[in-house]
Amino acid sequence: MSKFLNLVAGTALASTLIVGPVLAGEYGLGRPALADEIAAWNIDVAPDGTGLPEGSGNAYDGEEIFADYCAVCHGDFAEGIDNWPKLAGGKDTLDREDPLKTVGSYWPYLSTAFDYVRRSMPFGSAQTLTDDEVYAIVAYILYSNDLIDDEFELSKETFFDVKMPNADGFILDDRDTSEAHFWTETPCMENCKDKVEITMRAAVLDVTPEEE
Amino acid sequence: MTMSFKGTPSRRAFLKGAVAAGGTLAGASAAKAAGDPLITEVQDWASYTGDGVDATPYGLPIEYESDVVRRNVEWLTADTISSINFTPIHALDGTITPQGCAFERHHSGAIELRKEDYRLMINGLVDTPLIFTYEDLERFPRENHVYFCECAANTGMEWAGAQLNGAQFTHGMIHNMEYSGVSLRTLLEEAGLDAAGDLKDKWVYVEGADASSNGRSIPMEKALDDVLVAFKANGEALRKEHGYPVRLVVPGWEGNMWVKWLRRVEVTDQAIESREETSKYTDTLADGTSRKWTWVMDAKSVVTSPSPQAPIKHGKGPLVITGLAWSGRGAITGVDVSLDGGMNWQKARLAAPGTDKALTRFYLDIDWNGEEMFLQSRARDSSGYVQPTKTQLRDVRGLNSIYHNNCIQTWWVKSNGEAENVEVS
Repeated sequence: MSKFLNLVAGTALASTLIVGPVLAGEYGLGRPALADEIAAWNIDVAPDGTGLPEGSGNAYDGEEIFADYCAVCHGDFAEGIDNWPKLAGGKDTLDREDPLKTVGSYWPYLSTAFDYVRRSMPFGSAQTLTDDEVYAIVAYILYSNDLIDDEFELSKETFFDVKMPNADGFILDDRDTSEAHFWTETPCMENCKDKVEITMRAAVLDVTPEEE
Repeated sequence: MTMSFKGTPSRRAFLKGAVAAGGTLAGASAAKAAGDPLITEVQDWASYTGDGVDATPYGLPIEYESDVVRRNVEWLTADTISSINFTPIHALDGTITPQGCAFERHHSGAIELRKEDYRLMINGLVDTPLIFTYEDLERFPRENHVYFCECAANTGMEWAGAQLNGAQFTHGMIHNMEYSGVSLRTLLEEAGLDAAGDLKDKWVYVEGADASSNGRSIPMEKALDDVLVAFKANGEALRKEHGYPVRLVVPGWEGNMWVKWLRRVEVTDQAIESREETSKYTDTLADGTSRKWTWVMDAKSVVTSPSPQAPIKHGKGPLVITGLAWSGRGAITGVDVSLDGGMNWQKARLAAPGTDKALTRFYLDIDWNGEEMFLQSRARDSSGYVQPTKTQLRDVRGLNSIYHNNCIQTWWVKSNGEAENVEVS
């Protein structure tokens, strides 16, 4: 019963405090979002820079911050430790066996790096960095990929001075055309090949977890 | 997620299976000689009483089913907090996946978020940015739909070759549930889309409330089509690990887009190109260029039994071959099964007609002659798509795609009933 009363009290308080426009929605449910609420959550950064905050940072400062917050998983030089993501290196490996996909070798947009570090890092303490720290860490990752020098001051003004090497490395999903032959309608049912031979066995690798 | 090859040969798992099979045979012959004591003698359970109705207010499977659980592949990722586990599809039947053993994928762990603390924001190019509570969501008209959710990396470890020995590990990043919730269209219209202007080139960016705040961009056309804001699965509240109290359901599209702990939907005029839609969940081709926005899950199927974790223990004679088929492009219209590695195919029996973007169960009932088989299944869907072979896929995509491996799977079933994951010519 007390829980119910609290809910009622909470609702009454909210409707007293929030004076918004009359809702246009069909059901009249929900309440208008306040400006500071939108500002708190609406932190995504788009490829054209929409959403980039004020502030700046360089790799010289970033090195120390990276060592404090990031190197435990990503290594002092962004080279990655164990199975944790490698953030640097991998240049010219995308067409080879086991390509190394890093911010430098693979990521098409710098906005993604800023957005991700600010939103999701450090792992276990997300959204605790200042915007200046995020700029500095991103600058250090770029520096580790030989994309800027350590004095380059990364900010919303200089953001697009950085050229991402694999920016043109992506195509839109083209399965409808490049794999049009998979829409065969009537597949072969009999005598579809002459012989069947084993070409690879999973047991040879033995990487399947054992039963307890 | 990093994936690699490692390991050296071992036959331990097979030996254990053989011991189990031997035990069954001995028991059966003893019964023939003397009359089965399970029948001729009064058993405890036929004499004493069992649990009362107050023993288990919320039940778990009986202890004898304790092996039917999600499993993790330790070497796959750096930490279980940002990792994936696998549904025991080899041991399930029907099409609905129980929540308790449905695979999990977290980027910063499964969080505990109370309904009372839940808020959903609709913002961006809308007439009135809105905040909904959980109770608000329960007051919108509700829909029920069954859909599969497949991680784009399901079968991803098999691109370079047969690697993991079990349907759970090769194909277990999938589940299929009945969702109850509100259509995303309803919520977007409640906020008003006039401010967005022409909806053709608009997007929604969706993100979660957990520490990874996984965000994905979804074209407005899909958002207004069949995307669901779900709060129940298989009749009960979502489990913590599946996004309690509210997750997004994006039918037929890769599981990463099914944002858990959904907290925000932003209408935008461009794709945000988040980490999960650039650095991950893009498919690198042999020439080094990569496909992006490969959202749809292609038609796919797998024989779940017999399979490496579900060997044949009864010898020759009647055998039920069964498996699952699904397509992100529509309904499964048929499944073909081959016993000889793809030389000849026969049509399997569908347990029920395929439905849109949901799992379909198939069966092939045969009289097994005890000879080895190379079991394969091949799905066909309502768009006319036919599940390709691994060779066909590699011819187009190379070996480095990681994601969207929907190839035909081969199980080598040996004459002793043991099965192994292999590739065939």
